[in-house]
Amino acid sequence: MKRREFIQLSGLGIGGMLIPVMGNSIPIPLSLEERLDITQKKKLADVALNTARSMGATYTDVRIGRYLNQFLTTRENKVQNIVNTESFGVGIRVIVNNTWGFASTNIVTEDGIKKSAEKAVAIAKANSKFQSEPVKLAPVKAYGEVVWKTPIEKNPFAVPVSEKVDLLLRANAAALENGANFISSNLFQVNEQKYFASTDGSYIDQDVHRIWPTFTVTTTDKTTGMFKTRQALSAPMGMGYEYMIPKAEDKVQGPEGIILYRNSYDIIEDAMAAARQTKEMLRAKSIEPGKYDLVLEPNHLGLTIHESVGHPLELDRVLGYEANYAGTSFATMEKWKSGHFNYGSNIVNIFADKIQPGSLGAVGYDDEGVKCKQWDLIKDGVLVNYQAIRDQAHILNQNESHGCCYAQSWSDVQFQRMPNVSLSPGKDPYSINEMIRDVEKGIYIAGRGSYSIDQQRYNFQFGGTVFYEIKNGAIAGMVNDVAYQSNTQEFWNSCVKICDEKDYRLFGSFFDGKGQPSQVSAVSHGSSTARFNGINVINTGRTL
Amino acid sequence: MSLYSEEEAKKILEKVVRFSKADGCEVNLTGAEGGNIRYARNSVSTAGENSDAILVVQSYFGKKAGTATINEFDDASLEKVVRRSEELAQLAPENPEFMEPLPPQSYGESRTFSEATAKINPDFRAQAAANSIRLAKEKEVTSAGFLEDSNTVAAMMNSKGLFAYNRATNVTYTVTMRTNDGTGSGWVTRDFNDVSKLDTSEASKVAIDKALQSKNAKAIEPGKYTVILEPAASAELLRNMLFNMNARPADEGRSFLSKKGGGTRLGDKLFDERINFYTDPWHKEVPAAPWTPDGQARKKMDIIRNGVVKNIFYDRYWASQKNVESVPFPGNAILDGGTASIEDMIRDTKKGILVTRFWYIRTVDPQTLLYTGLTRDGTFYIENGKIKHPIKNFRFNESPVIMLNNVETLGRQVRVSAGGGGVNFFLPYMKIRDFTFTSLSDAV
Repeated sequence: MKRREFIQLSGLGIGGMLIPVMGNSIPIPLSLEERLDITQKKKLADVALNTARSMGATYTDVRIGRYLNQFLTTRENKVQNIVNTESFGVGIRVIVNNTWGFASTNIVTEDGIKKSAEKAVAIAKANSKFQSEPVKLAPVKAYGEVVWKTPIEKNPFAVPVSEKVDLLLRANAAALENGANFISSNLFQVNEQKYFASTDGSYIDQDVHRIWPTFTVTTTDKTTGMFKTRQALSAPMGMGYEYMIPKAEDKVQGPEGIILYRNSYDIIEDAMAAARQTKEMLRAKSIEPGKYDLVLEPNHLGLTIHESVGHPLELDRVLGYEANYAGTSFATMEKWKSGHFNYGSNIVNIFADKIQPGSLGAVGYDDEGVKCKQWDLIKDGVLVNYQAIRDQAHILNQNESHGCCYAQSWSDVQFQRMPNVSLSPGKDPYSINEMIRDVEKGIYIAGRGSYSIDQQRYNFQFGGTVFYEIKNGAIAGMVNDVAYQSNTQEFWNSCVKICDEKDYRLFGSFFDGKGQPSQVSAVSHGSSTARFNGINVINTGRTL
Repeated sequence: MSLYSEEEAKKILEKVVRFSKADGCEVNLTGAEGGNIRYARNSVSTAGENSDAILVVQSYFGKKAGTATINEFDDASLEKVVRRSEELAQLAPENPEFMEPLPPQSYGESRTFSEATAKINPDFRAQAAANSIRLAKEKEVTSAGFLEDSNTVAAMMNSKGLFAYNRATNVTYTVTMRTNDGTGSGWVTRDFNDVSKLDTSEASKVAIDKALQSKNAKAIEPGKYTVILEPAASAELLRNMLFNMNARPADEGRSFLSKKGGGTRLGDKLFDERINFYTDPWHKEVPAAPWTPDGQARKKMDIIRNGVVKNIFYDRYWASQKNVESVPFPGNAILDGGTASIEDMIRDTKKGILVTRFWYIRTVDPQTLLYTGLTRDGTFYIENGKIKHPIKNFRFNESPVIMLNNVETLGRQVRVSAGGGGVNFFLPYMKIRDFTFTSLSDAV
């Protein structure tokens, strides 16, 4: 058993789920006060910076982090688990002999930090013997002492556990009353308290919040032995508990009575709908394979954007640093340099950012002290940029980092991670109903499903949560066994229509994985409903 | 300091249990030290070392249970974590599924620790990477690799007198070699408890050969083909199947093991009769810890014998509901093989495809255990007993249940880490007929 799995599995039997648990459970109610005040943090950070400098480091950064999580797990009328975790420690990264070194410790004292800084320097020195690509950092402004906080309205950790558990159990009851046989529901709450300092003159204190309510509803048919499941249509968000309080203005009416959610979520309403839809799935017909025009809703399209645009445009993948794990990329530097690589049709505009309000990526500064911003990746269908951090910007002949460096905890080294990557809404007024009206033979897909893509991001296959056939401009009932297969460039060039900004909303994922040892990162993808013509749909039904 | 000896662990745990004022408690102590090195573009990129220890305390009053953990080990901290778990237990709603801790159990000897692995240091890791990089440069290919080692301690004690202790080490190595023109790619994986079995040069040569042989792959039509799956290719599909062999979802009618009309398919013949799949914590190639995190003793046990489902996994609560013995989830899995080498299997193949590995495997349909994914890092067309040429990668849509019904030959076995879930496998090379490939990929 590997070290990480060992820690995940030990004792914390989280309903059989392999949740990447960082740190240690702490009791309820959580202690919300800061572990150290900002003066103490600065003093400790300076110990790291000075120690490494005195040993020959030409650059040092230090992250003192306190990471709080709370996971609530229920099924039907039972609370299966309430887990609080807290992790506190410091990670120190240095450059010595033009080589990176990193070490971390949970002993956050002057002595513990000094020893860790020494270790980081020793590792950099050992590795410099076998290093043939000297590290070159893009310049960054010295921000001095600054503070940033996720603008939440209600701190989820301050909401009583009983209130949160009660909401999940009411959602479960609603699903069961509407005919579901089983429901598991979860609420994940994350708070990253991060203090960053570097020898470039920044001391940055940030308080980051994320939240994710979700469930899986299952309905079985004993006579046929069939069962169908439906996931929640919520999105993980960079918000506080206000996301859990439904607001009418955040509800988006989809076809066939589907309700979709923007900046607040109605878990009870969605659980009821899920129960009804799983019953309908048990009776729905199996899809006829062939070419269809696909109408993809944002909570579905977000994952397609993530896999087919977000990942291929990570510069470390393009360069080969991820070759042994996540893979490389079809979107090579030659294609980018040509200045006319048609990634998509000319209505496709895709931008990266770490600033969209409510998004999972939103922070003030990244994990190497660069102020966050927005930039274009695909402009009028043409590839125009990548995602790059300080030690990569020079490869693009650019003189500043894009600000998308991240580490999942104090104990892991930071590296380039995907920012929010989003599809700009259509410029002309155009609604989802108008889009469906214009389709002759198509499928409307809402919610995320099965997803798989090759290591260079050409060939992909995606499923979804619910599927409706479209015939001659109208919904013609639910269908089953749908997955579409395509090639990234062909797919984005088949994008013919995008709904306007009124339909724009965020999809998100808490568990984007990359790197060795693997680290997770949370990321959002915004879009409006979009139409893709002539996509190959396969039938996934089998019998055993 | 996180690698407590048996005596030290016992002392800490006894102290914690003595602090308890609840009806009872169960305490798990885990400690881990590890290191890693990563390289790419024929140069070392990042490396690090970590150390951590965690104490997990579950206290209960009747059916109300609470869990708290801590990573500080002074007396005040130990008492604090016990009190916190007790407060939480008082706040928690009654859980009708809560099971009281087990009384003392007896466990077999553990085989999971290797002194050699425990002694790995940064210089060893740097040299292991350097050996691989040197070979890559000689053959004008580009290496990207990762070596990770761990040294762990696990101990537990409860208020009913149960005590368990285990030490384990592990080293995992993977390397991808890509031809400098980007048209060929090869990969290899190695996983051991004992690092003295690891030779990164030998492994790197295998990956280099695959990279050079896979240059300029030709496209062939997707469809149903006979395949020879290397153990690294089949491991994740079998892992996914194993993780879906729990009794409760089968009884609840939401598993591939659910029976039409109710009940499970335990005792049914679902696979080819040559399929013998079992767990054995004392297997010398893939040893596993002799006890589970809730203190149950692991034992040698059939999962599938002659194609018949012999055991599915019952947690203690579900076993009590069904009036059966609990069957804990295994720590390893072995699929019986044969004597045929990979060369023998290729020689006996008229027309087929050799698959090095699969990538990005995801569930498509839980009802039939249908999975999709792609071939990667060395896929070859076999004709009349010989490897004819490399082929472009395929996407597959296939179920391990169907796959294990379409067995042609089971060859020699190899240890393979299936990634995630903590289960190591000892699996044969497998020749399978009618494996379903549904589309082509341009990826190299």
